[in-house]
Amino acid sequence: MAALDEMKMRDGVDRETVETVQSMAGTYKHGWETDIEMDFAPKGLNEDIVKLISSKNNEPEWLLEWRLQAYRRWLTMESPDWAMLDIAEIDYQEQYYYAKPKSMAEKPKSLDDVDPKLLETYEKLGIPLKEQMLLAGVEGAEEGRKVAVDAVFDSVSLGTTFQKELAAAGVIFCSISEAVEKHPELVKRYLGSVVPQNDNYFAALNSAVFSDGSFVYIPAGVRCPMELSTYFRINAENTGQFERTLIIAEKGSYVSYLEGCTAPKRDTSQLHAAVVEIVVLEDAEVKYSTVQNWFPGDENGKGGIYNFVTKRADCREDRAKVSWTQVETGSAITWKYPSCILRGDDTQGEFYSIAIANNWQQADTGTKMVHLGKNSRSRIVSKGISAGQAQNTYRGLVSMHPKATNSRNYTQCDSLLIGDKCGAHTVPYIEVRNASSRVEHEATTSKVDDDQLFYCRSRGMDEEEAVALVVNGFCKEVLQELPMEFAMEAQALVAISLEGSVG
Amino acid sequence: MMPRAKLKAQKRDAAEVLLKSRAVPAGGAWITKARQAALSRVSEMGLPNKRDEYWRYTDPRRLTDSEGQAARLHDSQGELPVFDRFDRLKVVFVDGVFDPAQSDPLALEGVEIVPLAEAAQTDLHWARDLYGTLEARAQSPVERALASLNTAYATEGMLIRVTGKPTKPISLIYQRSSEQADAMVHHVVRVEAGAVATILENGPMAARFNQVMEVEIAEGATFHHIRAQGRDHERAGAAHLFVRVGVDAQLKSFTLTANGALIRNEAVIWLDGADGSAHIAGATVGDGAFHHDDTVFINHAAPRCESRQVFKKVLRSGAVGVFQGKILVDQIAQLTDGYQISQSLLLNEDAQFLAKPELEIYADDVKCSHGSTSGEIDPHQLFYLRARGIPEDQAKLLLVLSFLAEALDEIADTAYAEDLRERLEAWLRRRG
Repeated sequence: MAALDEMKMRDGVDRETVETVQSMAGTYKHGWETDIEMDFAPKGLNEDIVKLISSKNNEPEWLLEWRLQAYRRWLTMESPDWAMLDIAEIDYQEQYYYAKPKSMAEKPKSLDDVDPKLLETYEKLGIPLKEQMLLAGVEGAEEGRKVAVDAVFDSVSLGTTFQKELAAAGVIFCSISEAVEKHPELVKRYLGSVVPQNDNYFAALNSAVFSDGSFVYIPAGVRCPMELSTYFRINAENTGQFERTLIIAEKGSYVSYLEGCTAPKRDTSQLHAAVVEIVVLEDAEVKYSTVQNWFPGDENGKGGIYNFVTKRADCREDRAKVSWTQVETGSAITWKYPSCILRGDDTQGEFYSIAIANNWQQADTGTKMVHLGKNSRSRIVSKGISAGQAQNTYRGLVSMHPKATNSRNYTQCDSLLIGDKCGAHTVPYIEVRNASSRVEHEATTSKVDDDQLFYCRSRGMDEEEAVALVVNGFCKEVLQELPMEFAMEAQALVAISLEGSVG
Repeated sequence: MMPRAKLKAQKRDAAEVLLKSRAVPAGGAWITKARQAALSRVSEMGLPNKRDEYWRYTDPRRLTDSEGQAARLHDSQGELPVFDRFDRLKVVFVDGVFDPAQSDPLALEGVEIVPLAEAAQTDLHWARDLYGTLEARAQSPVERALASLNTAYATEGMLIRVTGKPTKPISLIYQRSSEQADAMVHHVVRVEAGAVATILENGPMAARFNQVMEVEIAEGATFHHIRAQGRDHERAGAAHLFVRVGVDAQLKSFTLTANGALIRNEAVIWLDGADGSAHIAGATVGDGAFHHDDTVFINHAAPRCESRQVFKKVLRSGAVGVFQGKILVDQIAQLTDGYQISQSLLLNEDAQFLAKPELEIYADDVKCSHGSTSGEIDPHQLFYLRARGIPEDQAKLLLVLSFLAEALDEIADTAYAEDLRERLEAWLRRRG
């Protein structure tokens, strides 16, 4: 608690809040490690490693070529330096790019055949791999809600639940390596079509060495009968995780997809460079929710995951809709900008984000809304909370192209600072290239908005109640966008009793 | 070579070519030292490049070419210059060169005013501690090589020290007579403790200009700055305003820009003393081949300061408006109140507004906000006025004027604000 004493207490920030925030990194719940024999590819990165990963996955020639192309492009690129992040130099030759539990050498036919140690890992994390009806934390919910889970452990997918039931609806939900084998035409058609290989440094790296991840295909007119979820776990030391997720929502379909992630506590930093591509066709809707809880490093900033993620959704046809919701509490460094390309007319993009940075965490996160189609609409709500010595940056782009007439964007970015050694920053880019579109951007950094307080007070609330109400609202706008199962986890994670604390 | 190193090399090569083509002006010891230091800054930084993040929305090439482009003179059709109705100390520059014949004698109670060309020849001058100093400080966190270039080569400008409360404003008038002139003007202003100064600037300056004004506002002093960058369609230029605001001191700066092929106005303000205040505002009307860029950086470096940025742009028919504004609050700057608003009204489809309003905050007990909006004239407001019998043209004019009025309201002396407002109305009426 030395750090706590150091932290200058201000009027209105009560001790409880500070302590709760302080305690978050100190008591990282998922910091244990599964002791299991692993099969590693040799350390380092070169064309042979790329070929090895490809052969381990039994990939066709075209995919290997695609990976090699990406690798060669990556060599000519530089790690981005524009984010407000202080990143220690990463030695890409000191990493393992492929790690697979030995027991997975023979692909298990079903989850029942998977090494019990691995299953235990997920059980301990609270991830239901047995097709149970209820999730922890929602006991007493009127009806059990089903969630299909794809569990990714280091470089491989262990298995996917509810595959039969999903297949009956025509939904494909499996690991991307399985999709390459069973649905090559879909993968070939869409892979890299939203995030090209050379999109950015980390996307290029991912394209070269991606190991596993999830593949989702929702046929035309189908409303996915249950929520789909992928749970990523980094276990092995010095191992990068490079998952690749591809979601395709055909005409008029709907899917809600959840993503969660954790990693053990370690002194050295670990690399995670993922790519998520979403293709949304006419009238389809995809809701993508993330609770990112990678190990954030200890309270002295040692260790933690470097989280460099490229996520993008392409609303390719008219009236397509995509909604990103993220709760970013983990990782030593977060570099992540889930984006929406609003290509079709009347398309919609949403981005709801809570980013909490504590101790020595650094987060540079936000979104891009690229409006290309007429009457396209987007909405951005970002809540940043900084504590300890952390730096938290919202970085976003709203771009209205000349042809995107009558489009609309609303952006709201709010930051809350707890303690005087952290930083909160806002870097929005606003590019309006036609007159009939309306763009509004608002950002605030303060304890509690005086106008809101005044509003409450003028309606007869006492100050305490008013502060509680206003501060409570700070995160709720985003939390309420999460599916219920995740909202429970997120709320527990956020676990900051903001109520009545900041004012 | 990797991309970033390649860009840096390109920028340095461009600087080297430019520096070789120009001789450093001769002068006394103090200014020679300042010029040499500026030159080494330019060689180190290199010239601005379109690929610089800082020049993301404005191509600097027209400002960095070794030869400026020709710009036809603008016919003002007998319109009287801005501020003409006020009693003021007139200091006239023609194509960026001080013209004593057209100017008033440089004498005003409570003010010491010397042309740079004259002071530069002496060995020592009070301006020595200021000339190039704030410009050098402004090179971090982003490089502003154009300003260093100005420090190195400018031979024109005024060194102004205000010690009291002069009875009239100092009016810097920039006339244009040549289609080719490439002007570099560097002013240094020192407002001593408790003094109050008003500086007016107006006129198109030159076919191409690069201006720097370094201002030091001492404890309890007030500086009013009102600038009208006249109507002139083809000129290009960059103006830099670097201001250090002391304890309990006040800055109010307003700029009106109407047309110009390329205008970049940079302002860098440091609130160095507690309880200081800085208000920066701008109103812009652009039509056709017009590119206007306001780039503002306000650094709260002391507690209890207040800053306010209000920028309004009315654009149409291909005009491009840029706003890059940043508030940086240091850890020491508790109880900061920072506000920033940038808004544009796009009158027809091919106008553009590009904005990057930033907050960088390291102190927790602050109130900082920014807003940015863009859109066309609100049809509901238009309908409201039309329903009350106001013809459409008239109603639109009213709405445009009221939109710009919020920026004009930032001028403390309403007489100047009214002068500018009338000018704006006449221009908007003429253009229909």
